[in-house]
Amino acid sequence: MTNASVTEIISEPLHEHRSLWGDVWRQFRTHKGAVVGVAVFSFIVLVVVLGPFIHTIDPTFLDIRNKNLSPTLVHPMGTDNLGRDMLAQVMAGGQVSLLVGVTAMLLSLFVGTLIGVVAGFFKTIDGVLMRLTDLFLALPILPLLLVIIMLFRDSLRSVFGPETGIFILIVFVIGITSWMQTARIVRGEVLALKEQEFIIAARSIGTRRHRIISRHILPNVLSPILVSATLGIANAIITESALSFLGLGFPSDFPTWGRLLFDGANFMQLTPSRVLWPGLAISLTVLSVNYIGDGLRDALDPRIRGR
Amino acid sequence: MKKLKILMMAGVAASLMVSAANAGSHSKRGADGQLNIIYWQAASILNPYLSGGTKDTHASSMILEPLAKYDEKGGMVASLAEEIPTPENGGVSKDLTSITWKLKKGVTWSDGSPFTAADVVFSAEYCMDTTGGCNSISNFNDVKSVEAVDDHTVKITFKVAKPFPYGPFVGATVPIIQKAQFKDCMGAKAPTCTTQNFGPIGTGPFVVTEFKSNDVVVYAANDKYREADKPAFATAIIKGGGEAAAAARSVLETGEFDYAWNLQVEPEILAQMAAKGKGTIVTSFGTSVERLMVQSMAVSADLGDKRGTKEGGAHPFLTDPAVREALSFAIDREILVEAGYGKAGQVTCNVLPAPAVYASTANDDCKKQDVARANKVLDDAGWAKGSDGIRAKDGVRLSILFQTSTNGVRQGTQALIKQMWKAIGVETELRNISASVFFGGDQSSPDTFQKFFADIEMYTNNFDGTDPEKYMGSWTCSNIPAPSNQWIGNNMPRYCNAEYDALVAEMGKTASIEKRAALAMKMNDMLMKARVMIPLIHRGDVSAHANTIKGVRMNSWDSQLWNVADWTRAK
Repeated sequence: MTNASVTEIISEPLHEHRSLWGDVWRQFRTHKGAVVGVAVFSFIVLVVVLGPFIHTIDPTFLDIRNKNLSPTLVHPMGTDNLGRDMLAQVMAGGQVSLLVGVTAMLLSLFVGTLIGVVAGFFKTIDGVLMRLTDLFLALPILPLLLVIIMLFRDSLRSVFGPETGIFILIVFVIGITSWMQTARIVRGEVLALKEQEFIIAARSIGTRRHRIISRHILPNVLSPILVSATLGIANAIITESALSFLGLGFPSDFPTWGRLLFDGANFMQLTPSRVLWPGLAISLTVLSVNYIGDGLRDALDPRIRGR
Repeated sequence: MKKLKILMMAGVAASLMVSAANAGSHSKRGADGQLNIIYWQAASILNPYLSGGTKDTHASSMILEPLAKYDEKGGMVASLAEEIPTPENGGVSKDLTSITWKLKKGVTWSDGSPFTAADVVFSAEYCMDTTGGCNSISNFNDVKSVEAVDDHTVKITFKVAKPFPYGPFVGATVPIIQKAQFKDCMGAKAPTCTTQNFGPIGTGPFVVTEFKSNDVVVYAANDKYREADKPAFATAIIKGGGEAAAAARSVLETGEFDYAWNLQVEPEILAQMAAKGKGTIVTSFGTSVERLMVQSMAVSADLGDKRGTKEGGAHPFLTDPAVREALSFAIDREILVEAGYGKAGQVTCNVLPAPAVYASTANDDCKKQDVARANKVLDDAGWAKGSDGIRAKDGVRLSILFQTSTNGVRQGTQALIKQMWKAIGVETELRNISASVFFGGDQSSPDTFQKFFADIEMYTNNFDGTDPEKYMGSWTCSNIPAPSNQWIGNNMPRYCNAEYDALVAEMGKTASIEKRAALAMKMNDMLMKARVMIPLIHRGDVSAHANTIKGVRMNSWDSQLWNVADWTRAK
């Protein structure tokens, strides 16, 4: 397939319209891991989103007479020690975990990019912002999370209700503690970019600063941002799992992948499927997202592209 | 190095002895090496007078001894006393107002100094000092004086006739502490004496050699212990931390530890671990009841400092008796037992389920789930189901925040109860809090079981010994945790009823056992009728010991380590 498209390009170089994103996609397709990653990740998202419409058992329904079942036709992943259907729980848990992952990633991306670009572009506040970044990097995350959850849980709960309140809290906390790498990478790129001729040219014709940032800087730092975005999803899912694993975060009957793993750990020998499936789901998601990030980085780098 | 050498020599000597004499148990003190105990809640202090925690009481019971202990059947056995004083042997006066203890002669403290009546008198003064915040103070209810008749005789006089005069100095919560060591730690200074509280000098079979608060206690055999061939172990450790399932595994599956305490683990997991054949699960039924505490004060976060106090006002809906009744009848307790406890639990409708003479049968109708009745009670009281299936009245929805400590069994019970309550139109939000925080008593944390900033909370409580007077006194008005008393007190439901307080006072004055039993039952029934608490399960204590450890007599009435001096390791 690759060869075919390459010959195509060579044979008709002048007639074909080539866009940046077309090139990126062509390069991306050559990264086998990334393609498999996209397939696996899409599959997981599809199952998690559409699965509950096909497998309609309520994930929180307790059927105590059918506890600790091995996989059967009715319960393809078996049941837990209170008779809850594991497949339904894994799907419901996946929705939460993925949503937390994506939302927290967006938040950390926004903060990281903002601070990175501002620090790189405006010399005067660079020092302050970078010390702030160092400060955040030095913070021990788990104790911080515990304190924040204890302090703000009740007020958020009364405003947004238990589940949404905790969701906002967890997303905020994960986002606010994981933007630092993005900020540092982006700042580095911006520092290098802003001395380049096209920026100087733009400045010399009187382009305003925010136009320079939005027209010239941002598109050029897109590649590291996208890569850290994918890594951020993985990171957020793992942090949420760790929180749930510690018995914090969401209420105990609100399934997330981390929570399922936590609850199932003691039952590992009795009903292995209780840890197998949530564990596999976390691993596959994180792995596939990482591969996608890897592929994107290669595809977005013009020096690698086309090689 | 030196220690090691001595140990090795002791070991060699021991093995020689064993081969020569083939003596079964207790050939020699320290012959059986190290005893490894795991308590998944770590001990934080070794002075039981300053701690309400079972873990602390147990850990200190290896060092400190009371005058008498409770055995596994709830009977008393003398430890530092010659015998148990009774009216028959003249130890208890005819009018039941005084008890005279004869102390064993020749007992020394682990520092070599003699144990005398002065130490007993001092221990009473120490705990009865009202500025000291002694946790066992209710054991000294109505005590008028404690005096040394001579070096080995102590007379305790009560203000009233005491049919059960065994409150002071019987059981692990009221041991004798050394006067010489604690004399500068009276009253308000008590909590500041870290050296003393972390390393009390005792008369028991072991002495502390190292104590890391909230982590580990290391003991060595007390070479001054009064029985020459005991304890069989040269050293012992109590390792703290982790959680129940891991503790069970470390005894039953991997054999790293010899004894694990309080294994609240799903029954199927325990059974599977026990099948490995390395250890034995031991169960005993005491007075532990897993119960729901029902909040009677408003706890909304908007109230700020007034949360959960009288000033904050009454609870919006849990003050309605109909709601409480419905909540109780909606629960199928048999399913809770089956799912979470197995043989280690029984359905109960009383907060005072044992000893048998005190157990009421007036409330047994809750043993069977009765959803129809629950629904009817709510309908009659005007709680109508809304479009979301949740009942409401005058804009107040029956929506409950239900908290407990983090533990697989408790979360399972929570989930089951949530579903049962949903069936009668009550919405439940579950919350679980790490046990170390929930039971930690930290003043700055909003999540402690004393603060109880939730509508319902679930945990287990019990009482030491066999006399329920002190326990039933937990629900008097003066025992309500509030900011004014630094949130100390056991009346978590904030129940306040002058009639109940009067019954408690009456019991303190009542002599005959039959009348006391009647009073205790009346109090229990009063609490149950008002549904101050909703009892769920009469819980057995579950522990596990390695098959090589002999002599464990599982005890629910005193410290589980009460007879650790008699434990041996089979060769």
